[in-house]
Amino acid sequence: MRDDDSFQDQSQEAVEDHSGVSRREFLKISTIAAAVPVVASSPMVLAAGEEVPVYGPGKTPVELTVNGKAYKASLEPRVTLLDALRDSFDITGAKRVCDRGECGACTMLLNGQAVYACSILAIDAQGKKITTVESLLEEGKLHPVQQAFVDNDASQCGFCTPGFVMACKAMLDKNPNPTPEQLRRGLSGNFCRCGTYAGIRVAVAQMAQKGA
Amino acid sequence: MPEYNWPDPEHRTLIGRRTLRVDAPVKVSGQAKYTYDVKGPGLLFGKILACPYAHCKIVSIDTSAAEKMAGVKAVEILQKPGAQIHWAGDEVVALAAVDEGTADDAARAIKVKYEKLPHLVSDAEPPPGAAASQGPLSLDDVSDMLDNQVPEREMVSQIQQYGITAKPSEQDLKELKEDGAGAPVLDALQAAAVHPEAAGRPKSRYQKAAVVTMGEVDKAFAEAEVVSEGLYGAPVIVHCCLESHGTTSEWTDDDHLFVHVSTQGVSGIAGQMAEPLKLPASNIHVHQDHVGGGFGSKFSPDRWGIASARLSKKAGGKPVRIMLERARELEVAGCRPSAYARVKVAAKKDGTLVAWDSQSWGTGGPGGGGMPPIPYVFSIPNQRKQHTAISNNIGPARAWRAPNHPQAAVLTMCALDDLAAKLNMDPMEFFLKNLDLVSKQRQTTYAEEFPIAAEMMGWKDKWRPRGTNLSGNLARGVGLSIHTWGGRGHASDCDLSIYPDGSVEIRMGTQDIGTGTRTCIAVVAADALGLPADAIKLYVGDNQYPPSGGSGGSTTPGGVSSSTRRAVVDARDALFTKVAPALNAQAEDLEAVGGMVRLKSDPNRSLSWKEACAKIGAMPITAHGHNDQIASKNKPDLTNSGVGGVQMAEVEVDTDTGIVKVRKMVGVQDCGLVIDPRLAESSVMGGMIMGISYALYEEKVMDPTTGRMLNPNMEFYRLAGFNDIPELKVHMMTGKGYDERGVVGLGEPPVISPGAAISNAVANAIGVRVSFLPLTPDKVLSAWDSRQKAGA
Repeated sequence: MRDDDSFQDQSQEAVEDHSGVSRREFLKISTIAAAVPVVASSPMVLAAGEEVPVYGPGKTPVELTVNGKAYKASLEPRVTLLDALRDSFDITGAKRVCDRGECGACTMLLNGQAVYACSILAIDAQGKKITTVESLLEEGKLHPVQQAFVDNDASQCGFCTPGFVMACKAMLDKNPNPTPEQLRRGLSGNFCRCGTYAGIRVAVAQMAQKGA
Repeated sequence: MPEYNWPDPEHRTLIGRRTLRVDAPVKVSGQAKYTYDVKGPGLLFGKILACPYAHCKIVSIDTSAAEKMAGVKAVEILQKPGAQIHWAGDEVVALAAVDEGTADDAARAIKVKYEKLPHLVSDAEPPPGAAASQGPLSLDDVSDMLDNQVPEREMVSQIQQYGITAKPSEQDLKELKEDGAGAPVLDALQAAAVHPEAAGRPKSRYQKAAVVTMGEVDKAFAEAEVVSEGLYGAPVIVHCCLESHGTTSEWTDDDHLFVHVSTQGVSGIAGQMAEPLKLPASNIHVHQDHVGGGFGSKFSPDRWGIASARLSKKAGGKPVRIMLERARELEVAGCRPSAYARVKVAAKKDGTLVAWDSQSWGTGGPGGGGMPPIPYVFSIPNQRKQHTAISNNIGPARAWRAPNHPQAAVLTMCALDDLAAKLNMDPMEFFLKNLDLVSKQRQTTYAEEFPIAAEMMGWKDKWRPRGTNLSGNLARGVGLSIHTWGGRGHASDCDLSIYPDGSVEIRMGTQDIGTGTRTCIAVVAADALGLPADAIKLYVGDNQYPPSGGSGGSTTPGGVSSSTRRAVVDARDALFTKVAPALNAQAEDLEAVGGMVRLKSDPNRSLSWKEACAKIGAMPITAHGHNDQIASKNKPDLTNSGVGGVQMAEVEVDTDTGIVKVRKMVGVQDCGLVIDPRLAESSVMGGMIMGISYALYEEKVMDPTTGRMLNPNMEFYRLAGFNDIPELKVHMMTGKGYDERGVVGLGEPPVISPGAAISNAVANAIGVRVSFLPLTPDKVLSAWDSRQKAGA
């Protein structure tokens, strides 16, 4: 999935095994005899002293709870939470930009915690409460954080905006009255290219004063 | 004859007022669909296999293993064996598969053999010998020099120095003479040494352009009272659009293609796809609702867009999506050419500028690139300049917001700031002193903007002579720069309909690249109809609507506002004609204000907008507005060209760590008639923030050994973040002298000055120039050390 992979020296004959089978084969060897699956049909192995479920190789059933609704798909274990939502369930508010946990455009909440969905595997998000930007709109009415973004012209091309909205919400949920320093830290995990930070700053400051 | 002029201030209901961006709600709620978000049934995932070498030849390609893989639906070789590749990341093979993982696996199963060739990715100052070894001149070279008005002396000297590749025939000489070649040039050609073996020889990596001279440079320098010399520059940077480049293509039948493209030019895409696909442009339907940034890099369908269409064809017409991965976006999807210069600039003791001499160089990748417009803004009377374009393997250049102007601002405004320091002058006084060297139309603009900027910055209190505002390890300073840009309006067509139920609809093949184009159209239309902006139903982003130009060069606000104004005036007047009898009035006595159609003379005689539209009859009123890109064909022209802006920056430099923090920035900008001040201010702030980013952080770092970009990610290709943004203040020039000029675009201007203004502020703080952007700690510390060693 990494960008760099397509740049491997293609003249080399040796082709790596990319399905990840070999690593899993190794794990299988160390499988403890009486594995008790916690997820249906996922055998357990002992890895680094802990019992963990084994998925794949190949597609495996995945069930995700997104904005209170259950979504099911058959996905390869390597599929990220972000790609699962975007490509399998058409939930596209979170954007794929850097795809390696640098830019924050895919920010969403996992059990209430802001996460980069590009850096979490879909299989690991099972059984957790996933909250995306789509959930903030209630009966067509914008969430106060979103309204503050609109009022302060805090979006231009808009590609970073859903990630910023979620990062703001997560920060204010945790701390409704952040200091300017806490506010800067809370939003320093997201990048914008058009330069909308000034509008976002005013929007968040307004929210913070209101105690969001 | 309808009155197309812009309404005067008393008759504007929305223009010039602060509205809300009309597409903000869909953007903040994640409902806005970008090309990357489009997912038709049966979507296939396209992948590009890219070349790992900066310069090589393809020897062989074996796709057999990939084609046999389950889930792989189509494979398309983009560059065949024998093709030469000039930058790492160039596309070799494209394929489509049922999911992204399979596509990745298949790309890795393709075997390509390359023959590596020597590469150059440096854009360092050309070695003196290499740059000079232009080699013998062809007659075409001589013709080019004539076209470029190279001084006769310079041409003669080059012909004598390098010789020529072929002896000119009588006919050649006759033609050159007709082109303006004087006797000394013709004599030199006939006397020159002929080197036929050099004909068609590959050109040097270093293309040294002819010297451009104005006035009497040597004399001016000899007589000048103060001369300043310095080295300045800005490296190659990339666009880093957050939505990467890409396309989803789908054949709706054997000869009809439907494409979603992430583009700045919806109406221009089909024409570019037609020839490579051998398909009439009219059979290509292009659609895009939103685009995640372009900044000048998204006008072409690109090789990957064509590839997605070909893959889709091979896969039975199923949609194929190719969106570039982040690394490829940064490696191949566009860079801003670098520009560096050794500059010598001279003035009289009183600050009057007299002479400029520059040796500049830079690269725009394989194409080399041209000289930025230096000296920028100021037409210094005596000038000599020579530019060397470096053709290298860094990747192809694309237009980057205000092409060549940010570089020109760095080379010029930093050199002038150094000269001001040498004159012991406040740079603002120095710039004001030389305003008569600025084009006539802009002199007043700058003269009016400077005091406003100075007031907002607190310039008079904050400016001190260089390197004198030190407190412990913190050095503080302020700097400034000025800029200009053209604008005018691109060709734009607008269809506007008013329906009997009162709804208003606009169709236009334009796009909103985040600059507020939708809002601009809606405000202009709603203003004339006395309605709120969100009452206008807008259909944009599709080539089945009337065509409108690409969003580049700050031509969009001019184009779309003009075509909309023309359409809405016609539609409104047609409505007045239908409504007039009901109000017992003449059409020309009516006005549309506040949701009412009423008599100008008696506002109580009115109909609500809905009642008025009910008089239309069964068929809607339709009107078409056209803005021609040739200004003289628009009578009157509602747009204009040429703006001026002043920016000032305040910085704090930690002399222990070399870290630069911008503390405050102000921007004062003119853009003619401001449609929406809130969005205009956002544009200027966005430009300043983007400018802070390239001033302090951005550089496409190339590895000389592998020829690859070392930072093709967003961790090491650093953009300015939330924490880097200082206090920002913006003032838009409006009112008399500005409004009556008509609408001028604003995308480019505010991004031009920040690099120079911040560099000048750093020089003011630490007392010494940091030559090149970005102003990273290593460069700042090394400059600081040089000052300490010099005992300053």
